[in-house]
Amino acid sequence: MKIGVFVCHCGSNIAGTVDVATVAEQARNLPNVAFASDTLYACSEPGQDGIINAIKEHKLDGVVVASCTPRMHEATFRKTVERAGLNRYMFEMANIREHVSWIGKDVEANTRKAIDLVAMAAAKLTHDQELTPKSFSINKRVLVVGGGVAGIQAALDCADGGLEVILVEKTSSIGGKMAKLDKTFPTVDCSSCILGPKMVDVAQHPNITLHTSAEISDIKGYVGNFTVSINRKATYVDNQACTGCGLCMEKCPSKKSTDYFNEGIGTTTAINIPFPQAIPKKAVIDPEFCMKLTKGKCGVCEKVCPTSAIRFEQQNETIEEPVGAIIAATGYDLFDFTRYGEYGGGRYPDVITSMQYERLLSASGPTGGHIKRPSDGKEPKDVVFIQCVGSRDKSVGRPYCSGFCCMYTAKQAILTKDHMPESQSYVFYMDIRAPGKLYDEFTRRAMEEYDTKYIRGRVAMIYPKGDKYIVRGADTLMGAQVEIEADLVVLAVGAEAAKGAPQLAEKLRISYDNYGFYMESHPKLRPVETNTAGVYLAGACQGPKDIPSSVGQGSAAASKVMSLFSKDMLESDPQVSAVDIKRCVGCGKCIQTCPFGAINEMDFRGMVKADVIETICQGCGICTSTCPQGAIQLQHFTDNQILAEVNAICQMSPVQNYE
Amino acid sequence: MSDVTGTELRIVGFLCNWCSYGGADTAGVGRFQQPTDLRIIRVPCSGRIDPLFVLKSLVNGADGVLVSGCHPRDCHYSEGNFYARRRLEVLKRFLPILGIDERRFEYTWVSASEGQKWKTVVSSFTERIHELGPAPVLNPALIKQAEAIL
Ligand SMILES: Cc1cc2nc3c(=O)[nH]c(=O)nc-3n(C[C@H](O)[C@H](O)[C@H](O)COP(=O)(O)OP(=O)(O)OC[C@H]3O[C@@H](n4cnc5c(N)ncnc54)[C@H](O)[C@@H]3O)c2cc1C
Ligand code: SF4
Ligand code: SF4
Repeated sequence: MKIGVFVCHCGSNIAGTVDVATVAEQARNLPNVAFASDTLYACSEPGQDGIINAIKEHKLDGVVVASCTPRMHEATFRKTVERAGLNRYMFEMANIREHVSWIGKDVEANTRKAIDLVAMAAAKLTHDQELTPKSFSINKRVLVVGGGVAGIQAALDCADGGLEVILVEKTSSIGGKMAKLDKTFPTVDCSSCILGPKMVDVAQHPNITLHTSAEISDIKGYVGNFTVSINRKATYVDNQACTGCGLCMEKCPSKKSTDYFNEGIGTTTAINIPFPQAIPKKAVIDPEFCMKLTKGKCGVCEKVCPTSAIRFEQQNETIEEPVGAIIAATGYDLFDFTRYGEYGGGRYPDVITSMQYERLLSASGPTGGHIKRPSDGKEPKDVVFIQCVGSRDKSVGRPYCSGFCCMYTAKQAILTKDHMPESQSYVFYMDIRAPGKLYDEFTRRAMEEYDTKYIRGRVAMIYPKGDKYIVRGADTLMGAQVEIEADLVVLAVGAEAAKGAPQLAEKLRISYDNYGFYMESHPKLRPVETNTAGVYLAGACQGPKDIPSSVGQGSAAASKVMSLFSKDMLESDPQVSAVDIKRCVGCGKCIQTCPFGAINEMDFRGMVKADVIETICQGCGICTSTCPQGAIQLQHFTDNQILAEVNAICQMSPVQNYE
Repeated sequence: MSDVTGTELRIVGFLCNWCSYGGADTAGVGRFQQPTDLRIIRVPCSGRIDPLFVLKSLVNGADGVLVSGCHPRDCHYSEGNFYARRRLEVLKRFLPILGIDERRFEYTWVSASEGQKWKTVVSSFTERIHELGPAPVLNPALIKQAEAIL
C-alpha cells in the first residue's frame, strides 16, 4: 500500500505551535508511506489540488491529512480523494489543530504528538477497506414539532414547497408565545394581526395536517424513513363536529379553571377555546376542572352543544406517521420568578411577569387591554420594570443572556405610556443589549421620547408599603442607593429551555447544551442542522431568539428539508456492520443489543446466522463489541483498525530522534 | 513505553465521535491548555469500545487509558453508553486481577459543549498517571494469560 501524508499549516493555526515540516519528514519514515509534505491550507483549492496531483503522480492508494478535526473537514477531503479516483474511505485524518496546536504551546511536545497522531492515522489506513454507499428511497413528508412562530413558518414554507407536513403542537392551539404578545418590537405592530393570518394559512393549507394537544411518544428509523408515534390527548370534544361557536363556554358552570393562555390572570371555564383567534378553533375540556369528569355530575356542555360534539368517553390515541425529515421548533419556557424570594416571588400580587403584563396590555386579554393591578383593579401610576430576572445570573443557574428581554421591556415601557399618559416607568437594567435592526433606536425612543427612567443596577429587594411597593436597588452609575415607590412591578423573566426538551432530544437522538437548549451541528456554519441526519432546528429551542430570528431559522430549516428532499434517493452511509458468516455462530447476542433492530436472524443452509439491514444500521458498533466471535464488524471501525491505532501509540518510542 | 526524558507518559484515549470527541474539539476551539500526553482514538460510540482495547493498550505499555462518552441518556445511538458503562465497570474490577493498577484506567462522560470539563478531565487524569509514574513491566505469566484472552 502507498500512503500519502499531507500536514497542514492552517496558516499559523497549526504551524504556530507545531513544526509541520518535521512532522512531514518523520511521516516519510513510517511503514507504507510513499509521499509526505506540508501544505499551507490543505482544504483550500490549491491544497486539494496538491493532494489530487500527488495521488496521481505517486500512485497513492490512500491519504492521511493532518489538519483540523474530522468533524469539520472529513467530508471535504473524502470528496477530494474521490476526485483523484480513490475510494473515499481510503482516507484518514489526524486532528493536530483542535487536539494539538490549540491546546499546547510547547512546540517540541506538540510536534511529537502530531507525529504520533499521523502514525496512528497511517496505521489505521493500512487496514481501511473500500466501501460503497447504497442508495435508498426517501419519504418526502416532514414532521414539525412545536407550533410557535418558528414551527409555523417552517411548516408553511415546506407546504408551499409542495411537501406534505405534519405539525404537532402540545397545547390546544398553535401560535406559541407570540400569540400571547400584545405588540411586537421594534415596529410596535399588533402581534396577533401579523401572526393570525399565518395561523389561518396553516389551518387551510391542503398540505398541512395539524395535530394539537399532541406530543411525540416515539421516533424510529433514520433520515428519509422515520416512523413517528404521536400521542393525541383526549380533549373530550370531537374536532370534526365542533364549530367553535363557544356556546359551551358561556354555559359551563365550572368557571374557576386555570387560564393558561392568560398566564393565570383571571380564570376560564372547564370547557374553553383558549383565545378567540385559536387555531384550530375548537373547544377543549380541562379534565382537572370538569365536574362531569371529576364528579360525574353536570354535562351542561353536552346538553347545549348544537352539534353534539362533546365526547366524555374520549381516550388518548396514538397516531403513527411516516416522515423523511423532522424539524424541532419547541421554543422556550419562562423562568420561574418565584425563585427570587427578595422580589416577593409569588407573594405580592402586584409583582407580575412580563408575559402577564403582555396579557394585561392586550385588547383581547383578561382586562380588555386596560392596565389594572391584580390586587385591586386600580390603574397603576408608577410602574417599575426589572430586567434580567433569571438571565445573566449564575446563582440561579442561568448565566446566559435571554436576548430579547431588553427589547420587550423597552416595548412595554413605551406601551405603558401609550395606555396611561400620566404614568411613569422605571427600568432597572444591567446592560442594554439591542443589536438588531432598528433595535438601539427603539430603546433610545423609550428613554428619550417616552421619558422612561433607566437605572443601571440590580434590585436588592421589594417590600410592600401601604398599597404600594418599595423597590430598593443600586444605581451603579450614580454610585447611590435608590428607592422607588411602585404601584406595579413587572419582572422581565428570562428564557429557559422548554419543559421536556431533553426528553424529546433523547427521542430525536440530538444533543442539548447544559441548559437544555438543542445543539446545532456547527455554531457558525451549520446553525439549523443537528448531528442527526434529517433532524433540523428552528426558533428558540436552540437558544433564546426574538421573532425575526425565529422566523428566519424556521425558513432556513424548511429550505434544508427541501434540499434534502430534492433527490429521490439518498445514499446510505456504508460505515455499517457486516457479518462474517463463517465466524457467526448464531448466538443472537448482537440482535439483542442493537438499539435499532438492525440485525435479523437469517437461515444459511439450515444454520442460524445474523444479518444486518444496512439502511437501518446506524453504525454505532455496539454489536461489534458484543459479539463473542468477532464475527460482526463495524466497517471502518473494525477491531483491526482500532487496534492498529492502539499499537501505533503503544509500540512507538515516544521521543522520536528526529533531529 | 514511557518518555525517556520523563516529561511525558503514554496515555491512550478512546472517545465517542458525538459527545466527547466534540467536547475535546470544543476545548481546542476555546484554546483551553492541556497536558500533551494523551493521544485520542475516535470511535463512533462508547458502546463500540471493547474492554479488550483498553486491556490491550495497558498490556502493550500504555501508562494510562481514558475512555469518554456521552452522558448517560444523551447517547447519539440512544443507549450505547449504557453498554459501555456496564462493560467498563466490570473491566475496572478485573484489572487488578491481571496485576494492573486500576487507577491507570478511567471512564468519564463529557458532552460536546463541555470543553472546560474536558480540559479538567484530561488534566487531572494526566496528573494522576504522572503521580503513578510509568507503568511497571507486567508479570510475563499474567501477560500470557491476558494475551490468551485477547
Ligand atoms: C414578555 C415577552 C415579550 C416578547 N416580545 C417580543 C417582541 O415584541 N418581539 C419579538 O421579536 N420577540 C418577542 N418575544 C420573544 C418571542 O416570544 C420569541 O421570539 C418567539 O416566541 C419564539 O418562537 P418559537 O416558535 O421559537 O417558540 P415558542 O413561541 O415558545 O413556540 C413553541 C411552541 O412549541 C410548543 N411545544 C413545546 N414543546 C413541545 C413538545 N414537546 N411537543 C409539541 N409542541 C411543543 C409550545 O407549546 C409552543 O406552541 C417576547 C418574549 C416575551 C417573554
Ligand atoms: S453476536 Fe456474533 S456470533 Fe452472535 S449472532 Fe451476532 S454476529 Fe453471530
Ligand atoms: S452497528 Fe450494530 S448495534 Fe449499531 S446499529 Fe448497526 S447493527 Fe445495530
